[in-house]
Amino acid sequence: MNIKSYPYILIAPSILFLLAFFVYPFIEVFSQAFTTSNGEITLKNFDTIFNDFNFLPSLKNTLLLALVVVPVQLCMAIGMSLMISKMKKGRDTVLYIWTIPLGISDLAAGIIWLALLDQNGFLNSFLFSVGIIDGPESWLNYNNPVAIFAAIVFAEIWRATAILLVILVSGIGLIPKEYYEAAEIFGANAWVRLWKVTLPLLRPSLQTALILRTLLAFEVFAVVMILGGTNMPVLMGEAFNWAFSYRDAGAAAAYAVVILGLSVAFTLFYLKVLHVPKEAQI
Amino acid sequence: MIKKIILPILLGSSIASASEVVFYSTQANPLKEADAMRNDVLINFDGEVKFLPQEAGPFFSRIEAESRAGSVTLGVLGALHGQFPQIQDSLDSIDDVLGSVPEIKSNKTMSELGKLGSQNQKYIPWMQATYIMAANKKALPYLPAGADVNALTYDELAVWAANLKEATGDAKLGFPAGEKGLMHRFLQGYLYPSFTHSVVTDFRGDDAKAMWAWFRDLWQDVNPRSTAYSLMQEPLLTEEVWVAFDHTARLKDAFDQRPDDFIAFPAPSAKAGRGFMPVIAGLAIPAGTPDRAASVELIKYLSQPEVQVKTLKATGFYPIANVELPADLPANVRIAGKAISMQANAADALPSMLPVGLGDMSGQFSKAYKDTFQQIVLRNADIDQILDRQAMVLKTIMVSANAPCWAPDKPSDGVCPVN
Repeated sequence: MNIKSYPYILIAPSILFLLAFFVYPFIEVFSQAFTTSNGEITLKNFDTIFNDFNFLPSLKNTLLLALVVVPVQLCMAIGMSLMISKMKKGRDTVLYIWTIPLGISDLAAGIIWLALLDQNGFLNSFLFSVGIIDGPESWLNYNNPVAIFAAIVFAEIWRATAILLVILVSGIGLIPKEYYEAAEIFGANAWVRLWKVTLPLLRPSLQTALILRTLLAFEVFAVVMILGGTNMPVLMGEAFNWAFSYRDAGAAAAYAVVILGLSVAFTLFYLKVLHVPKEAQI
Repeated sequence: MIKKIILPILLGSSIASASEVVFYSTQANPLKEADAMRNDVLINFDGEVKFLPQEAGPFFSRIEAESRAGSVTLGVLGALHGQFPQIQDSLDSIDDVLGSVPEIKSNKTMSELGKLGSQNQKYIPWMQATYIMAANKKALPYLPAGADVNALTYDELAVWAANLKEATGDAKLGFPAGEKGLMHRFLQGYLYPSFTHSVVTDFRGDDAKAMWAWFRDLWQDVNPRSTAYSLMQEPLLTEEVWVAFDHTARLKDAFDQRPDDFIAFPAPSAKAGRGFMPVIAGLAIPAGTPDRAASVELIKYLSQPEVQVKTLKATGFYPIANVELPADLPANVRIAGKAISMQANAADALPSMLPVGLGDMSGQFSKAYKDTFQQIVLRNADIDQILDRQAMVLKTIMVSANAPCWAPDKPSDGVCPVN
């Protein structure tokens, strides 16, 4: 066999997999969003979802969640990866521990946090036993949207910061030491080195990490479903409801297209803002 | 034994061998009930049967997928009356089967529902239940003076809820308004009929407006965690709520685990009567099933009175066949059974039928009521405005489903009107 064809043969399975389970369903969903059940081209599905009570709240909640969760996670992940990169001993152990939440499914993560924050949960029992509250308090109810939102933000930060962390740790490892040495010779302190050396050189990793994390934030579903239920609609949850509870695949597909549109817009934004010209790459 | 029960569970496989009937069901889905179905109910069936309970969403998807691909492996489908319309096109007509189950056929009202508004029999009624109220006995001293818990009115319920909140400091009345709760059935089968004698036609009448205003007031004394409750037996057992409304099968554990602490009682009444809604689960055969004769045998088996009693013990759903219930029944049946019959036989009883002929608009029909509830009661929106808007939504649903009225609405010529 021709040695030149090896790479193609080796990547073929993954390409086929993506074609079958990503590209094909994607095309199906896209066409479903713009057609009626009889196959006529229409915008009726979008009309249906735009006129639904839950569309604007779910769009607002999804964007707000992403806007709060992603920056906080970014700062935390940068801090954590800097700490890790300075460690001489036990680096791997700490990294393992920090990435444990990544191994837990988001549904399970939601259940764990519900068990903590629920009316009969651990937090309530603890506060009660130290005498701060007189009886079980229910925080996560519809009268308390801020508490629900905060609980979800907490759970999401706990669950998914490690995605950013692993990408940034490897990115920091790629930065040559010479830059820091040169900066130190010119008298740059740690803060200046962070802003002038680390962050600019980390841009490619930041770009990847932010794109990945933001897209995942738009797809947030299980954690919200467990902690917020109907009190906190999000785009993905609505897509699920339209598909399975209201049995309108067209409207569900329209939601999917809205999520896709958001994802593309934010990806392009990151690509532009964090662009690194080829000649400036390390 | 091992071959018949354990292996199929272990393998979890859904590929049927030639002689095996696959019994695919949205009912008896909890692990305990599924086990009881396999070990107590289906064990004596003369033939191989594989019981596969499933959540509603994937249930529909698989039936649709098999029907579209033209390769059907399922033998018998068990689902709720309200679920069948969504897969109506994939069901075989089974008028012949109805003829062979006289115990079921004699229940005319219910076997008629099995036509799903069409000319032919689409499912055979399998078992039934309804929604009732349950209360912790601790709540009884706070009943308003002169109120009889077995003939409660909605106004008395409101006073009761207020009394409970005042006495305990917590709202102790609860409704299943969570993601998987059956709140929409409370609105469609209990609240609307009791206040307006209608479900669809008078959706935005003056009575309906007064009803929503009343319900919004009541909600001040309803446990705010209600929007997270799916099965009321859980908050009843943790005592987060003391008084609750739910499906009998979703109150079952409370009655079984602490039979001495809980009572069951009929739903309240308002000026139009004591609205209540039966729940019917049915058995159907998918068109193109591999072994139709075996599927028919299974339906005949499940329709036998003694098997229906076993099904009651396994699932908490009552027989359709007219049977004498034995004495050794589980606590939930003893407690709930009395309330069910009091509810159905009350002087002001107003049975509200399940929606008929909505086809795959059933989900959106329920959504219309849930959305109205959320906007008016939870988000405090303007009642007139929301009812006007939702009446249009309802109208669109009725027109596109081309569905006539059902009780308690007056029969209609053609599409059920929304005034």
